[in-house]
Amino acid sequence: MTKNDAIQFMDKQAIDRAITRIAHEILERNGGAESLVIVGILTRGADLAARLAQAINGIENVVVPVGLMDINLYRDDVNYNPDLPEVRQTQILFDIDGKNLILVDDVLYTGRTIRAALSQLIDFGRPRTIQLAVLVDRGHRQLPIRADYVGKNIPTSFDDDVQVHFAERDGSDEVLLSLAVLK
Amino acid sequence: MGLSTRHLLQLEGAPREDLNLILDTAESFREILDRPIKKVPPLRGKTVVNLFYEPSTRTRISFELAEKRLSADTISFSAATSSVKKGETLKDTVRNIEAMRIDMVVVRHGSAGVPYYLTQCLDANIVNAGDGTHEHPTQGLLDIFTIRRKYKKIAGLRVLLVGDIKHSRVARSNIWGLKTLGASVAVCGPTTLLPYEVERFGVDVYTDIEKAMEGVDVVNILRIQLERQQAGLFPSQREYTNLFGISSERLARLNPNYTIMHPGPMNRGVEITNEVADGPSSVILEQVTNGQAVRMAVLFLLGGADKRETELAKTE
Repeated sequence: MTKNDAIQFMDKQAIDRAITRIAHEILERNGGAESLVIVGILTRGADLAARLAQAINGIENVVVPVGLMDINLYRDDVNYNPDLPEVRQTQILFDIDGKNLILVDDVLYTGRTIRAALSQLIDFGRPRTIQLAVLVDRGHRQLPIRADYVGKNIPTSFDDDVQVHFAERDGSDEVLLSLAVLK
Repeated sequence: MGLSTRHLLQLEGAPREDLNLILDTAESFREILDRPIKKVPPLRGKTVVNLFYEPSTRTRISFELAEKRLSADTISFSAATSSVKKGETLKDTVRNIEAMRIDMVVVRHGSAGVPYYLTQCLDANIVNAGDGTHEHPTQGLLDIFTIRRKYKKIAGLRVLLVGDIKHSRVARSNIWGLKTLGASVAVCGPTTLLPYEVERFGVDVYTDIEKAMEGVDVVNILRIQLERQQAGLFPSQREYTNLFGISSERLARLNPNYTIMHPGPMNRGVEITNEVADGPSSVILEQVTNGQAVRMAVLFLLGGADKRETELAKTE
């Protein structure tokens, strides 16, 4: 399936607006940016985390610490998958105890990635709250997990493919949906 | 993604891709050692046996900690307190241990080739923690990892190994690994402590330490095994120190930004002076910390995708 067959669900402008709105929602709910830290899940959750921090800085003029996290060591399918995942570097170079921690990923799907991320975060300390921000919620949860901040809800079937592209990594900002029925 | 092998027996002949994968993975594991909770779950449910037929402090503690930090269950076995004393053969010992449903064996033995032999009689993943004068691959890897962290590269560096090359498994693992990754390697020591046909390792050979240190980036000082003196391989400790001991005065010939390494345990005042061992260019304690990250990477990469489960996944 080539990129041409995919439906563009969000363009650059839509992504920018969603990030700005989420930034405002985070600030409103947490009464400002002082208590915040942001942790993005590699790869594109980390890109999104950097953008969210930038948006918050644009609104409140506060620099929020941003960390990034590889969740592969905490996956529940390591022993079921013949291919070992590549373990990349986690960098959380600040204290998360007592903070309002915004966990960021690009797409929320089964919830298993978020479960792994939560297990790992608990090993770093005890945040006051952990709140989940995603650009796309595509449904099909397999665990009792929900997002606090959602850029866009996209109804999908289980076998569809949702891809988030960011300019710094993929050349352009867009969210693409490839339908399984067209494959 | 994964290693080309189920066992880590030696660095000789190990593909460059495998070495780089271990070093890259170790870089990720190194960060875990700085966390408040130094434990991650990937080897949960796996059992690792540390089979030590030779004394060891550093390597054994390092492996045990690496295993525990990956959430494996570990058992450590030392020949001195076991049925080996009652005359049980190596094969019987390990087959009995395997009958207790274990997944990996980390083995140190005085005879070269024992880790290879174990791969022939066990299903478990085997990790060589030092076999005779053959190899000590995780030590080689941690030395290379420590060098790579400092210089951000291996290719093009000049590394000198000083001391008892003949009896040193550390030297062999270093030589093979470094050469595969593109470093130029030199060795220096008394002729009696250089291996027969040492040139075949593809290294530059020196018996004059002053000449050997010219243009070198990294000096890895090997432990002089004092029992070798009894065997008549060098006349006296003092003569060894005078001719091959690394003191501050000798460091001037090295490249700027040089590094001093030692795999331990050190004989201070024999192969290395206190000043050099504790000097600003010494990374001797970093080597020990890095050793854990490297061993975690090796255990994770070998044990993470178990053979049986891989086959299970294929049939699904």
